[in-house]
Amino acid sequence: MIPAPFDYHRPDTVEAAVKLMADLGDSARVIAGGHSLIPLMKMRMTDIAHLVDLQKIGALKGIAIDGDTVTIGAMTTQQELIGNAALAGAAPIIREAALQIADPQVRYVGTIGGNVANGDPGNDMPGLMQCLDATYHLQGPDGAREIKARDFYEAAYFTARADDEILTAISFQAPAGGQAYVKQKRKTGDYATAAASVIIAKSDGNCSAASIAMTNLSDTPVWCEAAGQALAGSPLGEADVENAVRAMLAVINPQDDNKGPAEFKRHTAAVILRRAIERAASRA
Amino acid sequence: MGKMHIKLTVNGKPVELLAEPRELLIHVLREELSITGPHIGCETTHCGACTVDMDGRSVKSCTVFAAQADGANVTTIEGLGTPDGLHVLQTMFKEHHGLQCGFCTPGMITRAYRFLQENPDPTEEEVRFGMSGNLCRCTGYQNIVKAILAAAAELNAVKEAAQ
Repeated sequence: MIPAPFDYHRPDTVEAAVKLMADLGDSARVIAGGHSLIPLMKMRMTDIAHLVDLQKIGALKGIAIDGDTVTIGAMTTQQELIGNAALAGAAPIIREAALQIADPQVRYVGTIGGNVANGDPGNDMPGLMQCLDATYHLQGPDGAREIKARDFYEAAYFTARADDEILTAISFQAPAGGQAYVKQKRKTGDYATAAASVIIAKSDGNCSAASIAMTNLSDTPVWCEAAGQALAGSPLGEADVENAVRAMLAVINPQDDNKGPAEFKRHTAAVILRRAIERAASRA
Repeated sequence: MGKMHIKLTVNGKPVELLAEPRELLIHVLREELSITGPHIGCETTHCGACTVDMDGRSVKSCTVFAAQADGANVTTIEGLGTPDGLHVLQTMFKEHHGLQCGFCTPGMITRAYRFLQENPDPTEEEVRFGMSGNLCRCTGYQNIVKAILAAAAELNAVKEAAQ
């Protein structure tokens, strides 16, 4: 399992990386942790002549919390997300989700930037970022721009990021309320059969606001606006939860694959969402 | 697309070599440096037999290009103990029958080494979670977990005695 030949580059600034991507053109790809890309390269399912490794760019690393604003550098690893106490305080759902990604060795290397930018519908962070209403920061030859996670995903492996743009950071407002990431997977290291990100804010015992996103149940992550609205203003009774589940089922589009038939996935999605709502509500 | 000059520290020794960027770390270790402790099992990032310690992290060396490792400090099973001076983990794997065919063992022990650095006094559940990136096809997990818990206890006893 040896990939096709390529040239390797290790720039030490974002500007140098962006310039390399512009100069090298279509056959260049950035590599972060590489744990999605290298397996594809080994199977020769890619056409990459130049690999631009972002590991030496210090500006892409680290977690900053300024008031309610959380900013995470794209090259921050899952392990670093798990180990960051301030992040666990501001948005514990990130740690809860990161602990369910792949296995320990992969989490030491895999990055949040790679996880969200790759566009793989099986990845856990994209749905979570939609749930949090996160903003992605991109840098390209024409400068920097921002795009909402909810506007980023177009289809499996197709995103709003241009080929010559690099995702540099992710930012979001620390959410109020209870949070839960619940994932059903067949075994350690597998992608979700179904997973749900849920944030529930309460006031006077009722749900005041809710955000719900689902993972690996369509060719993109699915932020379920109507499902959140079904909970908002409700006492989170059984009928309210079922309204949210119905609203969620109306917008996912799972396909038959080796994780099971679509109907099974819809069943699993409903079970997982009920659990996530219950867990988030209990933490609110 | 020629070869590149790569510098590594492997088991405490600086090494320099020429490798194509597409060569994986496991291939360089085994074929260029004759360090054959880390094994090629699945070669698809699942089994963990190729696990090495790289800059204080457990990594699957089948999913790291040697080019990415340029400048890194790598420890393999060969760097943890010798036949005459086994690491505590190796001793405990032997005493608790933590290996059957032995193919997964170097990866298991190298991973367990890093795990115990981070969590010196783990519960059984924490050991199982921390070792979940390593597969044993003899399915001898029970004794692997026992061996790691015993190694943790032994390492902690030694630490306490030293204080």
